[in-house]
Amino acid sequence: MDFDLTDDRRMLADTLGRYLGDRYGFSERTRIAGSEEGFSRTSWQDLAGLGVIGALFGEAAGGYGGAGFDLHTVFEQLGRSLVVEPFLGTLLAGKVLEAAGGQQALLDEVIAGTRLVTAALYEAEGRYDPLHVGTRATAREGGYVLTGGKAVVPQLAAADVILLSAKLEDGLALFLLPRSAPGVTIREYGFVEGGRGGELLLQDVVLDADARIGAGHSAQELIEHAVAAGIVALASEAVGIMEFARDATLDYLRTRTQFGVPIGKFQALQHRMATVLLEIEQARSATINAAASLGGDRLSRERAVSAAKFTIGRVGTLVAEEAIQMHGGIGMTWELPLPHYAKRLTMIDHQLGDEDYHLVRYIRLGEAAGAEAA
Amino acid sequence: MDLNFTPQEETFREEVQHFLAERLPPRTADKVRTNKRLTRDDLVEWHAILNERGWLAGHWPVEHGGPGWSVAERYIFDYETARAHAPRIIAFGVNMLGPVLIKYGSEAQQKYYLPRILDGSDWWCQGYSEPGAGSDLASLRMSAVRDGDHYVLNGQKTWTTLGHYANRIFCLVRTDPAAAKKQQGISFILVDMNSPGIEIRPIITLDGEHEVNEVFFTDVRVPVENRVGEENHGWTYAKYLLTYERTNIAGIGGSVAALDWLRRIANQQMQDGRPLARDPYFAARMARVEIDLENMKTTNLRVLAAASHGGAPEAESSMLKIRGTEIRQELTSLTRRALGPYAQPFVPEALDADYNGEPIGPDYAAPVAAEYFNNRKLSIFGGSNEIQRSIIAKTMLGL
Repeated sequence: MDFDLTDDRRMLADTLGRYLGDRYGFSERTRIAGSEEGFSRTSWQDLAGLGVIGALFGEAAGGYGGAGFDLHTVFEQLGRSLVVEPFLGTLLAGKVLEAAGGQQALLDEVIAGTRLVTAALYEAEGRYDPLHVGTRATAREGGYVLTGGKAVVPQLAAADVILLSAKLEDGLALFLLPRSAPGVTIREYGFVEGGRGGELLLQDVVLDADARIGAGHSAQELIEHAVAAGIVALASEAVGIMEFARDATLDYLRTRTQFGVPIGKFQALQHRMATVLLEIEQARSATINAAASLGGDRLSRERAVSAAKFTIGRVGTLVAEEAIQMHGGIGMTWELPLPHYAKRLTMIDHQLGDEDYHLVRYIRLGEAAGAEAA
Repeated sequence: MDLNFTPQEETFREEVQHFLAERLPPRTADKVRTNKRLTRDDLVEWHAILNERGWLAGHWPVEHGGPGWSVAERYIFDYETARAHAPRIIAFGVNMLGPVLIKYGSEAQQKYYLPRILDGSDWWCQGYSEPGAGSDLASLRMSAVRDGDHYVLNGQKTWTTLGHYANRIFCLVRTDPAAAKKQQGISFILVDMNSPGIEIRPIITLDGEHEVNEVFFTDVRVPVENRVGEENHGWTYAKYLLTYERTNIAGIGGSVAALDWLRRIANQQMQDGRPLARDPYFAARMARVEIDLENMKTTNLRVLAAASHGGAPEAESSMLKIRGTEIRQELTSLTRRALGPYAQPFVPEALDADYNGEPIGPDYAAPVAAEYFNNRKLSIFGGSNEIQRSIIAKTMLGL
């Protein structure tokens, strides 16, 4: 066993951390998160130039990494600086493109930062289940007609190309949709923690036959695999955020004086903080387990990512709430960075399935594993 | 980043598994698995089997009779023995006093006592806690007054685990009542339990069992050469002892075995026409603790990896103690709940392995509630979980 990062990954972490420290400080982040697009095209170009987008994909797909611990390295740094750039949509859509094959030109542009993709996999009716798809695709001469809608898609309005799932007569299928196609309506909005997303409405959208991707694969498997990568990414981002919240809270407990002593002298706070510290370590372990599982067999991978998302949801909420509580009144202010980290941490539980969803999923996968073993 | 053990470590794991299959007495393993009472002979026999293989004192250096294991090998040994339902090694001689003697003992003490720990000539017990000194151990009052080349001991020790099996006790005693700080003025002394003036009385715990004792000392004379290290420096040695055993503090192997046991019971207990394990609420409680345990495995390995790089992480080992015991307590709590009404009938004789009576309810039911109550101790002993939280906070805050 070895819990150290490889030299390459440590270098990636250092490079990314240094860039974000220099160019993505909290006031710049605040400006970007509240900007019209909700991210910065300049930063995105810079990050592409540093190889950060490429680190999410394997060498066969034109990237420089793509393994669970590459995602872990990148997203932990993104979490520490509370980055709002369109990484999640890029990862989800890119992982499908990578596994489906046949889309190298688009992937090259994605990795270069010149074209933006996002993934529209969830629907209002399906809540957190990406395999619950009501959007319909009908085959017709030379292509398909799509009707339906997708919910809370990250960076929807900025994406040049939208990867989406739809139900064909013979099962689930995946399509690439140009944002500007006729019949596409986008209702755009800001997120409570900064950044932007949108609702996608499709009304008789006509697509060419080659808009369908991954026809030789199971769409379920492509989606499941991409979501697993997305969960490793979100869990790692959450760990980075938790470490910031931990450091900020420890610092506050050391320096804030009440009743003539630093408030960290009070046992009621000490013991709560000790629990927070312990839970963060458990969350990091869950994330490591999930990152290690990405290359493994389906059942162990899916159990590990559900275990991680459950843990991150449970611990993330605890850390966010406790950090605000221990900061007291100042923790309620817009001015302080901490509550913005707490908001993002809380909202991570609302992406790709929350604590409760993944606990139930973990149990069902366990029953499936038991049935397989029997 | 690699969560796997090395091929050499996996070979060692197989070696341990093979040894356990060959040498762990099935009767003893069965008692551990089903939470039946272990006798002194069961424990002595298991120590002897391990000692014969050179595996009893996993923490000791080779020159004192240890196997020279890495932290990973120690972890593997602890994990595999627990999963195979071996009894826990009685820690007092092997894992507590042994390392203190190796670090602070005189050559004569090492030569005399260490082999006797290994070959079972001595069974040690621990004289730390007193009625007025629990979590606040440094406030201990048992006095040792110098009289020529002897100390004369007066006072009381308590919570002495398996003291009724022991022939020796290591004690923290106050040699300088006038010291400026209560941590100063404490000495570490080795005492023969057969000395005149020692009286041992059982404490019966809430499960009806005799595991711990009170030990009374009245004018007990102990030769000065039985002091370990320097006079009035005992607190340093005591702390070393308390923080020494880290690899197994989370008890992962034992919790994995306890989870298997819980699953078996939850699959046999029926509720609403299906196994309890399929009841959504009970399944959720089991899944929560299972996930916590999976995370804990990795947390434990991360701490071990850091320790093998030379770190001696005090806060981390407190985290392992807290969550390790919380997990184990939750598992015994769920096992108790799984039994439903049959947690209540209590037949103490049924906890003996040779009991022949008809079981009341399922045959696995008898020890479950008692085991749950017994395991409440986990969050109290070895530094209560509240003390551990204070250690974590103070280490991290530096206040």
